Amino acid sequence: MTSLARKRQNRWNVVVNIVLIVLVIVWSIPIIGLLISSVRPQDDVLNTGWWTVFKGDGDFTLNNYRRVLGGRQATFTDAEGNVLRASGDNLSQAFINSFTVTVPSVIIPILIAAAAAFGFAWMVFPGRKLFFTIVVALLVVPLQIALIPILRDYMKIGLTGSYLGIWLAHTGFGLPLGIYLLYNYISTIPRDVFESAFLDGARPMVIFVRLVLPLSVPAIASLGIFQFLWVWNDLLVALVFLGGTSDVAVLTQRLANMVGSRGQDWHLLTAGAFVVMIVPILVFFFLQRYFVQGLMAGSVKG
Amino acid sequence: MTTIERQDKPTSSLIKLGRIAFSVLVLVGVLFVLWVGFIFLRDSNASQGIIAIIAIVWGVGGIALLFWVADWVVNRTSTATAKRLQPFIFVGPALIILAWYLFIPTVRSLYLSFFDAQSKNFVGLANYVFAFTDSKMRESFTNNLLWLVIGTGGAVGFGLIIALLTDRVKMEKVFKSIIFMPMAISFVGAGVIWRFIYSYKPAGEDQIGLLNAIVTFFGGEPQAWFTMPFWNNIFLIAILVWLQTGYAMVIISSALKGVPSTIIEAGRIDGAGEFRIIRSIIIPFIAPTLVTVSTTIIIITLKIFDIVFTMTNGNYGTEVIASMQYKQMFRFYHYGRGSAIAIVLVLAVIPVMWYNLHQFSKREGF
Repeated sequence: MTSLARKRQNRWNVVVNIVLIVLVIVWSIPIIGLLISSVRPQDDVLNTGWWTVFKGDGDFTLNNYRRVLGGRQATFTDAEGNVLRASGDNLSQAFINSFTVTVPSVIIPILIAAAAAFGFAWMVFPGRKLFFTIVVALLVVPLQIALIPILRDYMKIGLTGSYLGIWLAHTGFGLPLGIYLLYNYISTIPRDVFESAFLDGARPMVIFVRLVLPLSVPAIASLGIFQFLWVWNDLLVALVFLGGTSDVAVLTQRLANMVGSRGQDWHLLTAGAFVVMIVPILVFFFLQRYFVQGLMAGSVKG
Repeated sequence: MTTIERQDKPTSSLIKLGRIAFSVLVLVGVLFVLWVGFIFLRDSNASQGIIAIIAIVWGVGGIALLFWVADWVVNRTSTATAKRLQPFIFVGPALIILAWYLFIPTVRSLYLSFFDAQSKNFVGLANYVFAFTDSKMRESFTNNLLWLVIGTGGAVGFGLIIALLTDRVKMEKVFKSIIFMPMAISFVGAGVIWRFIYSYKPAGEDQIGLLNAIVTFFGGEPQAWFTMPFWNNIFLIAILVWLQTGYAMVIISSALKGVPSTIIEAGRIDGAGEFRIIRSIIIPFIAPTLVTVSTTIIIITLKIFDIVFTMTNGNYGTEVIASMQYKQMFRFYHYGRGSAIAIVLVLAVIPVMWYNLHQFSKREGF
C-alpha cells in the first residue's frame, strides 16, 4: 500500500467513526434523557430540560421511584426535608404481577411446544402431516383475530382477569412459533441417539425428559428469551384478558394508565417507564447472545 | 412397569376393570387438586408475593403433572393401545390449545364478521363495506401504508448504513449493542420516552421536550407535534424506526460477514471505489437478507397498535387498522365490525407472512 493510499484509508476511518458516534449518540439520547429525568426532583423536571444537569446545577433524588413503586400511601422526603405522603402508582405490585404473568407464560408454551415438536418429529401417528401443516399455517394468523371469540369463552367460564386465562392465551399465541422452531431443532438430532434408548426399552416420556429436553437447551433458551420479551412487553393481550384496572394489571398496563392519568407528570412517567424497561434491559446485557438468537428466531411470529 | 411383566400376568376382566377404575381415579384426583389450586388462587387474600409464587408453581407444575399422569395412565393400558395413544400425549395438548385459541377463533371471527354489533342479525357484507368506506377506516389504511413505507424503509435503511459502517471499525460490538438496545424496550415504554421528547410548552417558557428545545434553540417556534396533521404520523413512525433499526442492523450485519472477501478484493484491484463496491457487490449479495428483514418489519407495521394507542390514541388523524379494530371491539362493542377489521388485517398480513416463512425455512435452522 502506498503512503497516499494509507492516508486515504485513515481519513476514511475517521469519517466512518465520527458518523457512527453521531448515530450512536442520537440512538442513546432518548434513554439517557429518560434516566436522568427519572432521578431529578419534580420542580426541576417540569421547568427545565434534563440536559441542564450537565451545566452542574440541579439535584438528584429517588423520590420519583419511591412514588411510582409505592402503594396507596407512598412516603418520601422532599428537598427541604419535609416528610410527604402522596398516592403512589403501586408499580411494585404490577412488577410482581408481570412476573406472575410472564414466568408461566414462558415455561408452559415451551413445555407443550417441545412435547409436540418431539411427537411430530419422532413419532408415527395418523394425521401427523396434516396436523403439522395446520400448525405451520397458524403461524400466519395474527392474534388480533382471536381476541373477541376467546374473550367470549372466558366470560362464559369465568377466566377473565385471572392469571390462568392470560397464561393460556400467551400459550396459545406462542405455540405455533414454538412448535415450528423446536421441530426444526429436534428433528435434526441424530437418529441413533434415540434408537439405543428405544432398544433399551425406555418409554417415550423418559426419552423426552432425559434426552430431548437436555439436547434442545440452546433452542429452548433462544425461544424462551423471545417469548419472555414478547410477554413482558405485551400490552394488547393483557388489556383484553386481564382487564384495565384490576389488581392483576401488569407493568405495561399500569404505565399506559399513568400516561392517561398523569400525562404531564414527567418526573413520575420517566421513573415508571424505567421500572418497566429494567428487566428486559438486564436480560439484554447479560444474555446478549441468546437474546440476538431469540429475536432472529422469533422474527416469524404472526 | 415393563412390557414383559404385563404379558406374564394373567389378567382377569375383574382386575382389568379395577385397573381402569384406579387410573381414572388418579386422573380425577389430579384434576381435582389442580381445580382446588385454581379456586384458592382466585379467591385468596394472601399477600401478593405469596400468591405469585403459588400461582407460578401451580401453573408450571400443573402442566408437568398433567403430562406425567397422562403418560402413566396410557402406560397402564395394553401395549397395543399404549402405542397408539402415546403420540397424542405429546401432540395432544398443543393441538387442543391451538384449536381453541387460533383455529376455531379464525373461523368464528369470519362468521361474526357477517353479523351485526350484537352478533344477532345477518348483515351480509355491511361490515366489510364499513371497513373499506368509512372515513376513519380510510384514514387508517393511508396511515398504515405510511407506516409500512417510511417505517420499514427507515429501519432497514438505517440498519443497512450502520451495519456497513460498523463492519469497518474496531469498536463494532459497542456501537452495535447501543443501537440494538431499544429492541429490549416495550412499545409502551418507548411511547413514554418519545412523548417526553415531543412534549410541548407555549413559546417563551423553557422547553423540556428535546425536539422543541432544539427548534427554539435555532430560533424556531415551539410546536405541538402530535396535533400537526400528517407530520404527527411521521413522529410516531420515528419511534418504530428507533426501535427496529437494531434488529435490521443485526441481521444485515451477520449477512455482511458472509460476503466473500475475495470478491471484494477483486473489486478493489479493479479500481472500484468504496461506494461502487457496496452498490455492485455487497448489496446484490445480501439482497435476500434485505428482503427478509423488510418483510418482517412490514408485518410489524401492519399490526402496529401499542405506539398509537399510548401516544395519540388514534386522535388527530393518526388512526391505524389495529387501533380501529380495538376501538370497535372494546369501546363501541361492535363485534361485527371488529371481526371484519380483524379479517381484513389477516388478509393483509398473510401474503407477506407466507413469503417470510418460505424464506425462513430456506435458512439453516437457527
